[in-house]
Amino acid sequence: MKPLKSILTCAAVALGLAATTAAAEPAKVGFVYVGPVGDFGWSYEHDQGRLAVEEHFGDAVETTFVESVPEGADAERVLTQMALSGHDLIFTTSFGYMDPTINVAAKFPNVHFEHATGYKNADNVSTYSARFYEGRAVIGTIAGRMTESNKVGYIASFPIPEVIRGINSAYIHAKKVNPDVEFKIVWVYTWFDPSKEADAATALIEQGVDVIMQHTDSPAAMTIAEERGIMAFGQASDMLQFGPTARLSSIIDNWEPYYIARVQAQIDGTWESVSTWDGIAPGMVKIGAFSDRIPADIQAEAQALADSIAAGDYHPFTGPLNKQDGSVWLADGEVADDGTLAGMNFYVEGIEGDVPN
Amino acid sequence: MFRLEKRPQPSQFWTLLTPIIAVVATMIAGGLLFALLGKAPIEAIRTIFWDPLFSEFAWYYRPQILIKAAPLILIGIGLSLGFRAGVWNIGAEGQFILGAIFGAGAGLAFYPADYWFIFPLMVIAGAFGGMLWALIPALLKTRFGTNEILVSLMLVYVAEHILSSVSFGLLKNPEGHGFPGSRNLQQYEAASNAEIIAGTGIHWGVIAALLAVIAAYVLLNRHIIGYQIRLTGQAPRAARFAGVRPNLLIIFCMGLSGALAGVAGMFEVAGPMGQISVDFNQGLGFTAIIVAFLGRLHPVGILFAGMLLALTSVGGDIAQSNLGLPAASIKAFQGMLLFFILASDVLSNFRVRIGTAETA
Repeated sequence: MKPLKSILTCAAVALGLAATTAAAEPAKVGFVYVGPVGDFGWSYEHDQGRLAVEEHFGDAVETTFVESVPEGADAERVLTQMALSGHDLIFTTSFGYMDPTINVAAKFPNVHFEHATGYKNADNVSTYSARFYEGRAVIGTIAGRMTESNKVGYIASFPIPEVIRGINSAYIHAKKVNPDVEFKIVWVYTWFDPSKEADAATALIEQGVDVIMQHTDSPAAMTIAEERGIMAFGQASDMLQFGPTARLSSIIDNWEPYYIARVQAQIDGTWESVSTWDGIAPGMVKIGAFSDRIPADIQAEAQALADSIAAGDYHPFTGPLNKQDGSVWLADGEVADDGTLAGMNFYVEGIEGDVPN
Repeated sequence: MFRLEKRPQPSQFWTLLTPIIAVVATMIAGGLLFALLGKAPIEAIRTIFWDPLFSEFAWYYRPQILIKAAPLILIGIGLSLGFRAGVWNIGAEGQFILGAIFGAGAGLAFYPADYWFIFPLMVIAGAFGGMLWALIPALLKTRFGTNEILVSLMLVYVAEHILSSVSFGLLKNPEGHGFPGSRNLQQYEAASNAEIIAGTGIHWGVIAALLAVIAAYVLLNRHIIGYQIRLTGQAPRAARFAGVRPNLLIIFCMGLSGALAGVAGMFEVAGPMGQISVDFNQGLGFTAIIVAFLGRLHPVGILFAGMLLALTSVGGDIAQSNLGLPAASIKAFQGMLLFFILASDVLSNFRVRIGTAETA
């Protein structure tokens, strides 16, 4: 009798322990941001994702974040500190955190890492990014239809594939609906510098541009567009409050579904290393509500494009498409493969100027 | 009600005591700030000052403080020599960048060869790059009387553009999938500034910083150039009569501070940072100005000031993650520290009297 009783007690104690640990120890999820959470752009949207995780899981998770972390040694220290202090899953949300993430992940094989926009995976490191070019196709269409001067301004950050892809996608679809459209591209070599972005917007307006797109994170250009009475698109976040009249639509980085899914996997114990590149369909890229300024038929056209991309019926890079120098890139009906898109370093035919090098 | 009376000599007693007063005042004012943000003030201050040194994970943080402090001390020492002589090099950030570019460039030129001389060559190249950048404002000043504050500061922005250009061009990693940035030097053994003893945080930059402290101390106290520097700062006219050639001294101070900033940049790029990238510089060259003044332009003072700033940065990041303090509040906290140190300088230079002046 005695052995059985002690086994039972043990089991009961073990069960009790298991139950209490499950209740007392929520999954600890950390986020590292390159900018301040109040940038109304890139880091802001990642933090919205974090808040959505908190709301969705309630007491089952505990989230922490460190903002404005410089890339390099500081990032490595912050990541190590998070791993040491018992985080189970850590999201590192800037390209420059790639090597630090890999380094720290190698030292903490039991901690899971998720690196945004990079290309280095490991057993405990996933990568994820969004197909923003799908959104660019939609707002490119709107820009092509709405411009009266036929000049569209584009504030570009750095000449990397991600940005070049966006320019090409926007241009292709603006040109499709408006053969006379011209793109004026300004490279500002920063992701977030309100004064430089504002200067770029002003310079573009002086060149006769009446619609501005941007691939930088601050709402500065939107503010200028509102002041000067031209049109613009929100980038990363909706930015409606900065340009109530100027804003036509926006591309919103929506990390909520992905973050919730990954934290769920962590809690369920099913987390494994993956590379994710999601677009409009799973909701990672969201098109902000269309402004009333856009006539109903154009709204319908843009919506139809977004729907067909989401449904997989249409790929924004479908031939016939030529490179800037006139050579054939994609034959009629041919679709660009992800490898080419990931390393895109050329403009398509019709865009003026060179990709800076 | 209160009246300040200038002391004939700065008070030794107060000079030693004011840093402590300033740290205590910062803790009080910072504690108030954290309390207003709804965080437990004592816990926040303990996290910033105590946790990096004595908490459970201090074995990891202590070396990190050395890593963070080394470039600040190295640059700060160089700047302090010029500042003492009234030569205002504000552009250490640019010299830091150029040193990193030259250093990394020298190393990557040999990739993937493995020679013993690669790393020493990188150190020399780094020093040369930084010196070159600092000599531009120095020569313009001695030749044409331009203002070295403006020119050295402007050259920071030029350096940032060069950094951007080489990240996308000359030094871009050919295996980097089209992304900007050089190869990671941490993964190139011959050029890597790795820890000399694993787990201690001590890399060649830390050694160089300590050597710089000693060398600067000896220079200032035992060498004729140190004497000239001090004399020029205190009495420029007297210095001229004593045979100091001001132009030569400007070139010496600028060149040396540039070389030290350049070496610091080289050690950073080859070690903690790993690669040349668009965001390589994080303002260390500007923070080092604060370090130099916080350390009262004294080599040993700069050593402590660098460590203190590194401590609050490392502790600040812990406080962000553990207590949810915003990054801006940590910066404000560090700003308070500088403010109180400089403000309490009044006590060493002036006597505080209560009552009205006897003579108007």
